Amino acid sequence: MSRFAFSREAIVPEAHRQAVSDPVAGAYASFEGWVRNHNDGRGVQRLEYEGYEALGVKEGEKIVAEACERFPVARARCVHRLGVLDIGDLAVWVGVTAAHRDAAFAACRYIIDEVKTRVPIWKKEHYAEGDSGWINCEIRSADAPAGSAPP
Amino acid sequence: MAGQSHTAPIAVRVEYFAVLREHVGQSREDVRTTAATVGELYAELDRRHGFPPLGRVKVAVNDEFREWSAPVRDGDLVVFIPPVAGG
Repeated sequence: MSRFAFSREAIVPEAHRQAVSDPVAGAYASFEGWVRNHNDGRGVQRLEYEGYEALGVKEGEKIVAEACERFPVARARCVHRLGVLDIGDLAVWVGVTAAHRDAAFAACRYIIDEVKTRVPIWKKEHYAEGDSGWINCEIRSADAPAGSAPP
Repeated sequence: MAGQSHTAPIAVRVEYFAVLREHVGQSREDVRTTAATVGELYAELDRRHGFPPLGRVKVAVNDEFREWSAPVRDGDLVVFIPPVAGG
């Protein structure tokens, strides 16, 4: 089973916590990303996540494997939600176990940071005013860096 | 490596996600093209659909990240990846 997964259902941390339990582990670190009610000074009512799942699972698994090579961890997992989420919902969960806490914290941080920049997941925010926007994609032409478009 | 354009059109499937899916109005389209690389294919579809300015777009062929100079072959699945925003 891949150590990175997408979920269209609510993520239940307790179930995934069991999957990283290990007799050698003296430390467990987890990260939960939640849906907040504001971004960039605007009120947010709900979020929508869309994923390119076939590539996303491969890239996510690669990130977890990298974390396990870089840090002496026992087990690591990551689950990311897709679909429509409300304020307070759990959007992403990362769990890492290790013999000692330093590796558990470091690997957990590595996984969430890499997932945010590398896994093909897109987030659409629905605002209090009724409009919506895809985060990191809505570039005013004045903001577009020169030469950033594909060749 | 950029190769020469195909003399006879090849058939590729293009899938769209997020802002591109909404802009094009569909999740996928079957395209006949003479583009030699995925970069040329993007330029061709940009001319057709007028993609919005997106910053740094990446590309995948058959569910693997590729360079823009990668060749496009008959039967390929090509996905253009707008800036991501997980977490």
